[in-house]
Amino acid sequence: MSPRKALKSFWRTSATMGLLTVVFSGENRTADFSKLNPMQKVPVMVDNGFVLTESDAILKYLATKYDVPEHWYPRQPEHRARVDEYTAWHHTNTRPHAAKVFILEVLLPAQTGSPVDQNRLRRALSELDATLDKLESMFLKRQPFLCGDDITVADLLAVCELMQPLGSGRDILKDRPQLQRWRSRVQSALGDSFLEAHAVLLAVRDRRKGRL
Amino acid sequence: MALELYLDLFSQPCRSVYMFAKKNNIPFEFKKVSLMHGEHFGDQFGKINMIRKVPALRDGDFCLAESIPIMIYLAEKFQTPDFWYPTDIHHRARINEYLSWQHTAIRMYGSKMFWLRLLIPKMIGMEVPKEKMDGALEDLNNSLNLIEEKFLQDRLFIGGDQISLADLVAIVEVMQPVGAGLDVFNGRPKLSAWRDRVRVSIGTELFDEANRDILGAQEIMGQIDPGTLELFKPKILRFYY
Repeated sequence: MSPRKALKSFWRTSATMGLLTVVFSGENRTADFSKLNPMQKVPVMVDNGFVLTESDAILKYLATKYDVPEHWYPRQPEHRARVDEYTAWHHTNTRPHAAKVFILEVLLPAQTGSPVDQNRLRRALSELDATLDKLESMFLKRQPFLCGDDITVADLLAVCELMQPLGSGRDILKDRPQLQRWRSRVQSALGDSFLEAHAVLLAVRDRRKGRL
Repeated sequence: MALELYLDLFSQPCRSVYMFAKKNNIPFEFKKVSLMHGEHFGDQFGKINMIRKVPALRDGDFCLAESIPIMIYLAEKFQTPDFWYPTDIHHRARINEYLSWQHTAIRMYGSKMFWLRLLIPKMIGMEVPKEKMDGALEDLNNSLNLIEEKFLQDRLFIGGDQISLADLVAIVEVMQPVGAGLDVFNGRPKLSAWRDRVRVSIGTELFDEANRDILGAQEIMGQIDPGTLELFKPKILRFYY
């Protein structure tokens, strides 16, 4: 879910033309979709017949192909390397650890009807905490954005993962003012597209609140 | 100051970086970091790379972690042949797609197999239960199937007719379980043929040199004191076991 939101925000902010196909739950397992992506995952991009999966590959393709401001994916090698460094690290750090909290608190209970496994959730929250420490000390440090003075695709990928646990009403940045300020800066930079991209997630949260 | 590459050839991404740099005659100082002996936790290394992982690069004041951006940076700086990371947007996207997917697929499952077969038994003093091994093998096979069916298909290499960073990153992960005695190429002629092409493209001597440590892993493990691995025990057991 998060990579799809990252893409949607980027798309709108860059004011490019195109169609976004929304895939509802289950549609990704159909034969037609599997032809596009045998991994049965979203997002998938189709640009004039060119099919591409993996959100960071898609974001980098869009940033290169369309006339987006250079700060999204800088061309200067050292600046670009910083963005690539984050997007690589993201896969095995921010993404799995934030997603796990969402899966344990929202997805699994919804799919199985069982209560939340509190032991696993505790462990997942602890791992996420360690990841957030690293995000602050290794990437953000005293910079406005993860890779420097300007927003990049790295911030897009990160913010969407860190928003995901909000689906259960959990704000994982609650006690982290440095990351909260970063999130606000990202939200300002993205404008309306940020809320639009997160509409589904926030609706999930609101429906759950309504049921409690 | 010469460009420095901090490497341990037991580590898959270090092997990719090593082969890439040597193949392209990039001048660098090889700074060995022994993971087994916890050298990545030292103060000196922490100044180079806060993430405390290998590979790491230091080029003057510029420090960088993560094998993929390291190779991309080297490709740009030393103007390596275009096929490694093509400027053509579609070719590059195809390679980026693989580089992105592999983190939580073949890399994860190949590493897991290596730990389950070789290192964890050493740590805990007994073999890993069959269901865990079977589950891990199934995950690994699913990744290998996807490499053959989606990423290679009928192409010579992942990106097309020529070798690229995608193949360099793929081959080291596919070889990792081989180091633990699991012949992933058995019954996979397409994968074997691709491995042979990659080995020839890199240069058989360089390829064999880079893989010497990992292919000798079983023997090396036989000689290691289990106490050496205590450092990793909690994290590894939590992650893989």
